[in-house]
Amino acid sequence: MHFVFEVQGGDFNKAGDASSKVKKILQQIGSDSTVVRRVAVACYEAEMNVVIHAHHGFVTLDADINQVIIVVEDEGPGIEDIEMAMTPGYSTAPDYVREMGFGAGMGLPNMKNCASQMEIKSRRGIGTTVRMVFENA
Amino acid sequence: MLKVKNQQYFHSVHLMEDKCKGCVNCIKRCPTEAIRVRDGKAHIIEERCIDCGECVRICPNQAKIVVADTLENLKAYKYNVALPAPAIYGQFREGIDPRHVMAALLAIGFDDVVDVAFAADLVGKKIREAISAPSEIRPFISSACPAVVRLIQVRFPNLVEHILPVLSPMRAAANIARNHVTEKMGLDPKDVGVWFISPCPGKVSAVNEPAGTEDNTISGAIPIAEVYPLIREKLNHNQEELDQIVADLKPGSGLGLGWARSGGENQSIGGSRQIAVDGIHSVIQILEDVERGKLSDIDYIEAQACVGGCVGGVLTVENSFITRRRVRILATDNAGRLDGVLCDEMACEALDNEDWFRHDRPIEPRPTLKLDDDMAVAIRKMEQMERIVEDLPGLDCGSCGAPNCRALAEDVVRGLANEMDCVFKLRERVAQLAGEMMELAEKAPPAMGHVEKKAEIENAIGEHSAKTKPDTEK
Ligand code: SF4
Ligand code: SF4
Repeated sequence: MHFVFEVQGGDFNKAGDASSKVKKILQQIGSDSTVVRRVAVACYEAEMNVVIHAHHGFVTLDADINQVIIVVEDEGPGIEDIEMAMTPGYSTAPDYVREMGFGAGMGLPNMKNCASQMEIKSRRGIGTTVRMVFENA
Repeated sequence: MLKVKNQQYFHSVHLMEDKCKGCVNCIKRCPTEAIRVRDGKAHIIEERCIDCGECVRICPNQAKIVVADTLENLKAYKYNVALPAPAIYGQFREGIDPRHVMAALLAIGFDDVVDVAFAADLVGKKIREAISAPSEIRPFISSACPAVVRLIQVRFPNLVEHILPVLSPMRAAANIARNHVTEKMGLDPKDVGVWFISPCPGKVSAVNEPAGTEDNTISGAIPIAEVYPLIREKLNHNQEELDQIVADLKPGSGLGLGWARSGGENQSIGGSRQIAVDGIHSVIQILEDVERGKLSDIDYIEAQACVGGCVGGVLTVENSFITRRRVRILATDNAGRLDGVLCDEMACEALDNEDWFRHDRPIEPRPTLKLDDDMAVAIRKMEQMERIVEDLPGLDCGSCGAPNCRALAEDVVRGLANEMDCVFKLRERVAQLAGEMMELAEKAPPAMGHVEKKAEIENAIGEHSAKTKPDTEK
């Protein structure tokens, strides 16, 4: 099962739509509620990162009876220091975004907590790809 | 109690088939996509319906109705207690004291009345205590609106544990009433009818099928709209009679009364890390945010399915914007009464009985989204559904009887509908069939062909023979 959803950078109105769709699909195939919950939270954080930092991106969902894989890929500035970005509280979100209640620097650590595996690849000035794997049940 | 006829769940919202024109207004408005038009009638899928009353509100033909108890049903008991929902006090003109409304309930046939606003004062205190205790769960969601509770069960099953296990003021009032009539008055519980005077179908269903408790302390629910004209009559013409009864009544404070409108519950609880959301579609948005983990810095969500809160329920009478103002005024005027309520003997006894305010069982999820019990099959259906969606016109017109194209695709993979239910698909198919018929007609035996046909054929033969000749023109 393979689904792709587009995410537009800077579009705070639509932010969260892709992860809502992902969540609904997992509920429809009958994933366990804790799995749905984890994917929903992690996918939303990743989607928000695209909205906050990048120009454009895609959320891809692949699922079978064993696992759920979420890949969030964007065209954007990339992450300068991935290790630093993984530190809770570290954030490069602009002030106006923080005022909206986003970008508290909990995104990546939170995603890592939810997923059973997470890989980040990033190239400065090109973009970032986050791949998260969850056990399905 | 109303009879539950071979249904899995109790519902107060029903379709009057003969009035329904199949106009599809309701299917588009239902928040859980629970309605499908079949054979020209808008049937409700019972596992999905949360009895919110949206379809009752929207139907231009009054075909969706609320079935509730009536005052007739009081006759089955020797002693009847009314539990008026706070929303009732906003239904009457400004200046009417809540106590007069309570007295009028006695004048129209009830033997006793326990104000739900009074119970709300106590419940507010219990909620404050419950959400102040340390807990992993944040935010908690109020259990007071039964349509919201059912919405969570069917559409947000992941969130059932967020529902605060404190009973609604309606249930707490019933416990107070039951204790009073059996312990203090020595009546046999079987002889006592306890009736909730309800602003909405959700409460009617909750009375008949409680969530979080199994108790059947409430005998039934009577719409505010049913008692309204009778109470009005008493208020207008029997002022003196009412004046004599009011002294013994125990009305709630302004804070308890405030539960009738959105925001009132939070005000009654006190504190600041709380939000109030009203209107079922807005509630859905907030619950989405809770699932995303976005609201973990909020302690409590007061969520009501009706716009404006209970005053917006479909079983009320007055325009909810007017009622909201009246409730606000009543709440301010009676705010000082809270200390009196909390010192009251009946209140103190209740507050000491923790179990009068607690859910005694977990609220079960009732997920309705799963396409199949076998995940491998569900995944295949999901893929098939996606292909169907891509193939449908995406107009979400509702003509197929489903609320939108995606819902039709879902019905198809569930085996409940056919792609050809889509009028556009059907038209395409008809055009295609027409084309095929034409083709077939062409293939009719030569002897049956008509004039033009013959000419065409001769032409073709001619062309053919022409082609066999050496091409001189090119
Ligand atoms: S009462 Fe609400 S949930 Fe039930 S069918 Fe009507 S609109 Fe849908
Ligand atoms: S709104 Fe729904 S119930 Fe009312 S007539 Fe139209 S289809 Fe029937």
